Amino acid sequence: MKINTESNLYTFVYSVVLVVVVAAVLAFTYSALKPKQDENVALEKMQTILHSANLGMDASKQADKASYIKGLYADHIVSAFVLNSDGDTVPGKDAFKVNLKAQYDVIKKMEATKDSGDRKVLEAKLLLPVFVCNTSDAGNVDIYPCYGAGLWGPIWGYIAVEQDCNTIYGAVFDDESETPGLGAEIATDRFSGQFKGKQLYKDGTFVSVAIVKGGGQASNPNGVDAISGGTITSRSLETTIRQWLSEYLNYFNVKLGASGEGASLGKGGIQNE
Amino acid sequence: MNKEIFTKPLFKANPVTVLILGICSCLAVTVQMKGALVMGLSVSIVTALSSLLLSLLRKTIPNRIRIIVQLVVVSLFVILISQFLKAYAYDVSKQLSVYLGLIITNCIIMGRIEAFALTNKPWPSFVDGLANGLGYSMVLVIIAFFRELLGSGTLFGYRVIPSSWYVANGGFYENNGLMILPPMALILLGCIIWVQRSRMKELQEK
Repeated sequence: MKINTESNLYTFVYSVVLVVVVAAVLAFTYSALKPKQDENVALEKMQTILHSANLGMDASKQADKASYIKGLYADHIVSAFVLNSDGDTVPGKDAFKVNLKAQYDVIKKMEATKDSGDRKVLEAKLLLPVFVCNTSDAGNVDIYPCYGAGLWGPIWGYIAVEQDCNTIYGAVFDDESETPGLGAEIATDRFSGQFKGKQLYKDGTFVSVAIVKGGGQASNPNGVDAISGGTITSRSLETTIRQWLSEYLNYFNVKLGASGEGASLGKGGIQNE
Repeated sequence: MNKEIFTKPLFKANPVTVLILGICSCLAVTVQMKGALVMGLSVSIVTALSSLLLSLLRKTIPNRIRIIVQLVVVSLFVILISQFLKAYAYDVSKQLSVYLGLIITNCIIMGRIEAFALTNKPWPSFVDGLANGLGYSMVLVIIAFFRELLGSGTLFGYRVIPSSWYVANGGFYENNGLMILPPMALILLGCIIWVQRSRMKELQEK
């Protein structure tokens, strides 16, 4: 029997069968490989968190990278918890599994709303993860995440801050699709290395870190050099860092109040510019 | 016959240097040898397997929707490869980023399916697809060799130029920053085409 391959019915049936078969193959592969892929993503997150405290820099040279990073993470991250915007611990939440993008969406809505009641409702939803990392030279440092919009896609990072809630111990940033050679330079050690030793407060007021041209001078403890040709990415990163760290200000105050030193820090509130 | 199908795309009808197809990814993924090699192998697998499968199906495919059928089959293999890389070679898949998905749009694949697989038997189609993929990989690896060596001083991530040579360490040598940027890949590609044409007189236009 000869089938007319040009008939409408044949064309229709052919395309339906083809698409169903292809979709089934893809769905099967996806679900079979998903656990392995998730593990890779989690591993990369662990590595990024460790990098912000200058740990695990030699991971790519290890024969068994996965277990090396897992080992380092278990040894150095002494605790991890989730805070609410009042600076109190939220019980029963896994800091590692907090979806930063979802939190960023909340922060964005908070910035957009003018009504203080709405703002409070949104603020109550916010989950702020903290990772406490043990370092050899600065004792415990607190690692705070940040996540925001760059020029072409999301940018994110982790900032390690010493116990005085002021001095930055280290930082690491990454991006999904910033311009290579320009905006994507935020992911290099040369850029993030500038953050070490910088301060979040100026004269007792929270100012975050400015990323501007000529900001990296040794005389300026609150700034780093922006990336030439990557102005928009630099500005977005500056905003992202300020947005996120200012959500942690209540926690800083709780922490400093408890330790009884420098309690005056941060009382000046957030300085926006 | 099969031997010629295999050797022709490697040199005389190389998809990149003679047909000038697949240039975009050639510029994008040749900063390092590792990325270039994985990209080349991925494209080779996709061209070979999709040529094979479409050649097997060639008598059943309705002519009116043949391009769509080709596209579905090619994207099937591309997505499979990208899923496997994400699971077993995460670093490489991150490095190749969007270009891995963009293999679908690589003109070499659709070009070979239209021109060869739909009118030939499965085995020659498979060989033709594989050879075209390998011809593409060869050019990619040559460009990546120069770009990684002169741009970063490494090959496959291993240091080749001793670090004591660098100005920063009191030496006399400095990496060529231009090598890292895509325009240099285009210049290198031009050089390869130049060398090939001056060797193979039959390729020269009158």
